[in-house]
Amino acid sequence: MDFDLSDEQRLLRDNVERLAAAAEAAPSGPAWSRERWKQFAELGLLALPFAEEDGGLGWGAVETMIVMEAFGKGLVREPYLSTVVIGGGLLRHGCGNAMRKELAGRIASGELVATLAHVEREARHELADVALSARATDEGFVLDGVKSVVPHGDQAELLFVSARTAGGRHERDGISLFRVDANAKGVTRRAYALADGTPGAEIRLDNVVVPADALVGGAGKGLALIERVTQEAIAALCAEAVGVMSAMGDMTVAYLKTRKQFGRPIGAFQALQHRAADMFIALEQARSMAVYATMMVGESDPAVRSAAISAAKVTVGRNGGFIGEQAVQLHGGIGMTMEYRLGAYFKRMTAINLMFGDADHHLRKVAKAGGLEQNIT
Amino acid sequence: MDLRFTPEEQEFRQEVRSFIAANLDKETHAAMVAGHRPSKEQIVAWQRILNKKGWATVDWPAEFGGTGWSIIKRHIFREEVQAHPAPEPLAFGVYMVGPVIITFGTQEQKKKFLPRIANLDDWWCQGFSEPGSGSDLASLKTAARRDGDQYIVNGQKTWTTYAQYADWIFCLVRTDPQAGKPQEGISFLLIDMKSPGVTLRPIVTVDGGREINEVFLDDVKVPVENLVGVENRGWDCAKFLLSNERVNTARIGATKERLRRLKRLASEVTESGRPLIEDQGFADKLADLEIELKALEITQLRVLANEHKNGKGKPDPASSVLKLRGTELQQRITELTLQAAGPHGLVGENLDAPLGHNEDEIAPEWMRLAAPTYFNTRKVTIYGGSNEIQRNIIAKQILGL
Repeated sequence: MDFDLSDEQRLLRDNVERLAAAAEAAPSGPAWSRERWKQFAELGLLALPFAEEDGGLGWGAVETMIVMEAFGKGLVREPYLSTVVIGGGLLRHGCGNAMRKELAGRIASGELVATLAHVEREARHELADVALSARATDEGFVLDGVKSVVPHGDQAELLFVSARTAGGRHERDGISLFRVDANAKGVTRRAYALADGTPGAEIRLDNVVVPADALVGGAGKGLALIERVTQEAIAALCAEAVGVMSAMGDMTVAYLKTRKQFGRPIGAFQALQHRAADMFIALEQARSMAVYATMMVGESDPAVRSAAISAAKVTVGRNGGFIGEQAVQLHGGIGMTMEYRLGAYFKRMTAINLMFGDADHHLRKVAKAGGLEQNIT
Repeated sequence: MDLRFTPEEQEFRQEVRSFIAANLDKETHAAMVAGHRPSKEQIVAWQRILNKKGWATVDWPAEFGGTGWSIIKRHIFREEVQAHPAPEPLAFGVYMVGPVIITFGTQEQKKKFLPRIANLDDWWCQGFSEPGSGSDLASLKTAARRDGDQYIVNGQKTWTTYAQYADWIFCLVRTDPQAGKPQEGISFLLIDMKSPGVTLRPIVTVDGGREINEVFLDDVKVPVENLVGVENRGWDCAKFLLSNERVNTARIGATKERLRRLKRLASEVTESGRPLIEDQGFADKLADLEIELKALEITQLRVLANEHKNGKGKPDPASSVLKLRGTELQQRITELTLQAAGPHGLVGENLDAPLGHNEDEIAPEWMRLAAPTYFNTRKVTIYGGSNEIQRNIIAKQILGL
């Protein structure tokens, strides 16, 4: 049991925090920049989760946690989660050697932005609800259907698209995953900004033809892969959320110390002190669960792993929502303005809560699983 | 960063678990599983078994009878004792006055008191709160007047847990009524409960049990060698003691055990032909509690790791989080257990009733104990610095407000 970072990990944290702070300085403009993405590549951040023989750094969940927390603090909007965490996860867990080597290299160099196109309009948080169809042909597959709210789906060059090759909607079997060139014939994208300003898109596939070797993982066996990678994404998002929450907490405490009413700093009032204390507790508990998710994301028992990750998402969702709402309340009017940075954090926190299942969805999952593994081993 | 227990630590957990299973009296264990408090005799007997093994005072420095275990091993030990469940060490001796004597006491005091605390030859109680001094502890009025080589103590202490069993009481008393600030002019005195002028009046708590007392001190003579630390600097001892107390009130191991038991009970109880645990509302509440408990467990490990890194004797102010959330979870378990008992939760009885005393039972024992346990557990967010005081500590000491 050791919660300290190694020297190498501390260096990573400092570097990423510096990078994120620099990104912060840029006033308005596009949500993210290819130029900064190149800097990420130069620092090795885009090679983080790939094996050394694939040209990566061979780092793991702890390093991802460090990077994501710093990104949360700095409100970094580059497509790191989509490309490196999720894309990287799909490559590591689902791709054959040739595809993995090729794509890992292109992601690590910063050439390729990738994203997972999975959610459909009626699915809400149910991962098995896939209707987009993939029909097998002599040359490969023909994909037909629509994917919703795809983060960074507007600019990604590479799409991982889930599709039904067999079975009916909601069935666990029969879901397959394909790599699809975003510029392929039949792909149309409707770009829009998500509620927190992250770019997103609706992606329509009209009889898009892909070769047989575009299949990622086994035919019809895609759901387990999607679940696995979703768990890794949730662990990473929990770390990002902790960065977002701690920034909101820091801003609020600083504001309580400087804002004066009735002739004294409003932080002198006990009603507000206790609210700030509750925010601190919520943050510490969320931080603990982000650490827990990081620890459990590599757990080999899938049921234990799934419940642990869900538990972390519950805590982060509830506590993040609480901290965000209280931060706005304690700031008063200024917290309501678009100009003040708090609102951007609050919106990012809200977005995180809506991704990959909200707190209630995951609470139900933990309840159905009969709870959590008792002992940390 | 490595978040797992080492193989050695896991082996140690097994060793502790096996020792408890092999040595704890079966009746004591059964009574505690049922939800009774262990009796004085049961607590003493178990403490002496631990003392023989060298495990009576695991947190103390090795030279005073501690084990020299790492902070993580001590955590594992405490968790296993709570989770078994076995009686915990009498906090007033082992966690409170013992460390104060070790840190502030004289050689004579150490020699005289520490071995008797370890073996529970002396049962200690805590004389802090007074009728007019609860959260505002420093407003205390019990006075000690120096008279030659003794103090003459007059005043009243209250909410004194298990004073009826106690051989000794450690007291905060005012030795300098002229001191500038309320925290100044307070001293930390050890008083023999057999001294003339010490009288008790029991206070029956809302659950019907006898746990706490009023303690009256009328011209009680206390030799000056029973002063701990410096006269008028007793607040230092009090602060030290209270911050230790916060760490021990989280009781995560005990809550884990209660949760495990509640899950078992809720799968035995049925409503509309289905186990209660399959009721979605109830299952959600259980899951919610279990998740918060897991978060607190990790928070506790983080606090311990921090303390370990920052050196001894400097409890992390984040331990207020442990006290706050830990006690809230203890309460929620009792609420859900009472809910699980259903209408038979109305068949309440005294927590001090002997195990299985009502053979011709109207309701199973756990149901009979559910309501009094729920009532009694309201105390946990009040004692050890109320949870509102803990929020003050977080706001001031951590956030700097």
